[in-house]
Amino acid sequence: MQLTLEFGGGLELLCDSVKSHNINVDPQDGEEQLTMKNLLSWVRANVIKERPEMFMKGDSVRPGVLVLVNDTDWELSGQLETVLEEKDSVVFISTLHGG
Amino acid sequence: MEKTAKPKSRLCTLCNDKRAALKRPKTLEQICRECFYTVFEDEIHRVIVDNQLFKPGERIAIGASGGKDSTVLAYVMSELNRRHNYGLDLFLLSVDEGITGYRDDSLETVKRNEIQYGLPLKVVSYSELYGWTMDEIVKLIGLKNNCTFCGVFRRQALDRGAALLKVDKLVTGHNADDIAETVLLNILRGDIARPRAILDIIKSGEDFRISTSTKMPEQGICERCGYISSQKWCKACVLLEGLNRGLPKLGIGRSRGINSEHNTNTKQANGTQSLQSRQVGSLDF
Repeated sequence: MQLTLEFGGGLELLCDSVKSHNINVDPQDGEEQLTMKNLLSWVRANVIKERPEMFMKGDSVRPGVLVLVNDTDWELSGQLETVLEEKDSVVFISTLHGG
Repeated sequence: MEKTAKPKSRLCTLCNDKRAALKRPKTLEQICRECFYTVFEDEIHRVIVDNQLFKPGERIAIGASGGKDSTVLAYVMSELNRRHNYGLDLFLLSVDEGITGYRDDSLETVKRNEIQYGLPLKVVSYSELYGWTMDEIVKLIGLKNNCTFCGVFRRQALDRGAALLKVDKLVTGHNADDIAETVLLNILRGDIARPRAILDIIKSGEDFRISTSTKMPEQGICERCGYISSQKWCKACVLLEGLNRGLPKLGIGRSRGINSEHNTNTKQANGTQSLQSRQVGSLDF
């Protein structure tokens, strides 16, 4: 399944400062669908290059990280249970900054 | 590239037309992008009108860091000024602390705002105001306590920039999150008294009366630079004096600083000379 990932608000620093990633990821063996929960663990293993704790906490994103699936807050699509489809776009934006 | 809505995605509760894109934390309403912009801008307009924040013809500086909050502020101010004919002269005001790799990047964003919204930009730098960049200060005092310098200097730099632009008012992009953050930080630090004290002050302030026989304290000016201060020297001058004398810890913590010293006449005279040679005090206040 082809997906577009985008990292912003500083999160791109965790993946070699590359903001946009075109990825190809398939549902795990025995699963029919790819959920955000699956995607997050895939991203952690394959996209994040350093300090994964700045991106994830437990099996979800760290508090303060905004997640948009097709430009919609993932709170409205079921968060970790959100089912992804071909060509979906997922955006991660950190809202945590110094000050 | 608009994707077709998924069957379970909900419609905006305001327009009932477009797909809801976010749940508004303030109201928990699920609304679409367009309706969010509308309610957000209308609410700000209402606050401005209800509280009579501005008068036609006023010059207003927008504190702009290049971050998301002040960028939104610059957009909203210029948009509402145009849409509702506030009749304001708007300016962008930025502070360059002299932090390589940090502020020089975000100042690029402010320069884009300048072009995009057609607002004149004024940048004041620590280096020209105080003779020190944050990089130089950090080199001298290390990574601990440097926030004290940065915070004190920035607050004053904004005021000085506002004076240079001859504006009537300065707006900043602080929001409820920032206020909540300050209160939470106080609690996490174990300082329960402070948020409690703030609430108590607000409560008692509502019933505040001043006895007619009481002499009110007057806002003074710093003897060294002329900036507003309730002490003989303003905090920025105390910190600068420490930096210039090679005693950077002066004015940090509980040590006796300039304002509590008694026999400092000769020292202060020297301090004033080096101050003038460092270009501070050339600004009118």
